Amino acid sequence: MITLVQDLGWAAIRFVDHLGKLAIFAAQIVRAALTRPARLRAFVNELFTLGVLSLVIVCVCGLAVGMVLGLQGYNTLVRFGAAQSLGAVVGLSLIRELGPVLTALLVTGRAGSATTAEIGTMVATEQLDGLRMMSINPVHLVVTPKTLAMIAVMPLLSALFILFGLGGGYFVGVTLMGLDGGTYVSSLQSAVDYYDDVVGSLLKALVFGILVGLIATYRGYTAKPTSAGVSAATTSTVVIGSVSVLIFDYFITALWGV
Amino acid sequence: MSRSSVRDFVVGLFVLAGLGAVAYLSMNVGNFSFRKDGGLTVFAQFDEIGGLKARAPVVIAGVKVGQVDSIALDKDYRARITLSLDAALKLPVDTSASIVTAGLLGDRYISLQLGGDDKDLKPGDEIRFTESAVLLERLLGKFIYNTNSPTPKKE
Amino acid sequence: MTLATTSDDAHVVFADVHMAFEDREVLRGLSCRFPRGQISVILGGSGSGKTTILRLIGGLVHPQRGRIVVAGEDISALSETEMYRVRAKLGMMFQGGALLDSLTIFDNLAFPLREHTPMTEPDIANEVHHQLTAVGLSDVDDLLPGQLSGGMIKRAALARAIITKPEILLCDEPFSGLDPISVKLIEALLHRINRQLHITMLISSHHIPSTMRMADEVVLLSRDAAVSGTPAELHDSPDPRIAGFFNEEVDESIAPVEAAAHPTSRWVGA
Repeated sequence: MITLVQDLGWAAIRFVDHLGKLAIFAAQIVRAALTRPARLRAFVNELFTLGVLSLVIVCVCGLAVGMVLGLQGYNTLVRFGAAQSLGAVVGLSLIRELGPVLTALLVTGRAGSATTAEIGTMVATEQLDGLRMMSINPVHLVVTPKTLAMIAVMPLLSALFILFGLGGGYFVGVTLMGLDGGTYVSSLQSAVDYYDDVVGSLLKALVFGILVGLIATYRGYTAKPTSAGVSAATTSTVVIGSVSVLIFDYFITALWGV
Repeated sequence: MSRSSVRDFVVGLFVLAGLGAVAYLSMNVGNFSFRKDGGLTVFAQFDEIGGLKARAPVVIAGVKVGQVDSIALDKDYRARITLSLDAALKLPVDTSASIVTAGLLGDRYISLQLGGDDKDLKPGDEIRFTESAVLLERLLGKFIYNTNSPTPKKE
Repeated sequence: MTLATTSDDAHVVFADVHMAFEDREVLRGLSCRFPRGQISVILGGSGSGKTTILRLIGGLVHPQRGRIVVAGEDISALSETEMYRVRAKLGMMFQGGALLDSLTIFDNLAFPLREHTPMTEPDIANEVHHQLTAVGLSDVDDLLPGQLSGGMIKRAALARAIITKPEILLCDEPFSGLDPISVKLIEALLHRINRQLHITMLISSHHIPSTMRMADEVVLLSRDAAVSGTPAELHDSPDPRIAGFFNEEVDESIAPVEAAAHPTSRWVGA
């Protein structure tokens, strides 16, 4: 019993310790981002790896989620004679919550874990030490472009997810269920407010991008230089990244919706 | 270096697609519009605006022609609404504005009915004929009061 | 004599250096000197601290106590940014090569030149090809490190380490994992680089034959002691610990050391 409490205490201390290290790491990234030379080539490469290569999964899942929303929404709304509000239901759900959150979770799993594995492997094979010995700051060359790319990519992917989702909902509601297309669109347009909904959605995606970018690179950078260490770091990125996204989602929703 | 120029192009396409999605969501779905300076700004006073909110649409014959800019209380403690309308509108000075509801329980918006005067409203003018919002509770209250009040029996 | 050169010719000096990682102590009060322009081999078994010494010189880790002087400057307490300046004089050849696996061999070698020199691309291409030829690699420009054999990776890593013309070359186990022919190849390369370019070389190794052939100075590490001298001196040493190491040729089974009371010992030859 006592050991349980002790373990909890140690876990709490380690957690705070990690938070501190993460904050210091973030500061290093910011400082590196402001230092010349600007690593544009690396940044563009990372936009490709993190963004373009995630396009397929994001768009397919967006479409699928939109279709499910359309189906479930229709089945529920039709009972209250409110099927003409399907556009609003699908649109608001996607824009406010499902777009940014699901995109962040998908990207964490795909791009976040890949980033952690890549950086972790570089640690294990002494590539980062090699860079240091050539007087290159590994944070500046490797970490910062990846983090910045993650931040840039997240709102873009989230918007695409939402777009495909709206299309999926339209397909189910209008093409399959026979709703009027104009009703779907106008219900959507009248329900969505630019500032509250769209800006809030992009803001969430931005914050999630920062979160996932930081966590993925941090876990990779601090991975133990063994294959077990890299694997543990990769798993932890997905777990911690996903949990953080969901927790921050609540706080942003609460603060922005005020 | 051709490998990386293909890659750059694809990244550029991706960024364009993403920004395009953001723009589409903002404008077509989220009703974001660039404030057109030179629009027709008029005022209207109401006794009761109900749940009318800023940025609520202003319609003529069901077509959106502008939005509610701001809501304030004037010195008579009546509601003073600032309407921002399309610049191209020509509204007679006896146009009336009423606050209506979208559906039974929906959002409030303002509907304009054109008058017949020769002179048109200029920016900064006031719409003189206004119809306040109908509050459902008052309507129900009246109904209930009327059915409950004892009717005098005629012998 | 122990010190093959006069004292002010030491390019790197360790003075009472203590280094411990979380689970164990690796160096206890190590003091030694690495002469300028010579090939020094740090000999010892696994875990004896050979790689740690190189990492200390490179500033990748810092000692708990003691001073490390590199080219006249005490680096033991320098910050990472300050180390970048010092590392301009160093080149390091890592055990696994540590080439950037997302870049081609050409880009790997060009990398330090592109980063730190104002050389134009044609000049860089010339220099890269010159170095590749010097280490015996050809037609590897567009290959990725993953496509090279172990020996080729080490040669490429060597080329990268010297392409910026460092004063001191650190080699971490350059012979590990190589077949005897490749060992001779690398040995010859290192020898030639030292003689032609007068680069001070510090090599960590547990390969005795090549050490005997190429080293000007040997620092032998064991559990609790470090001795230094020329290969001949150490080979002929009557000290049972040293002889034990040379005879067994394997590290772990070094004869028991009762030098716990003397963390370092300097053997003075006759």
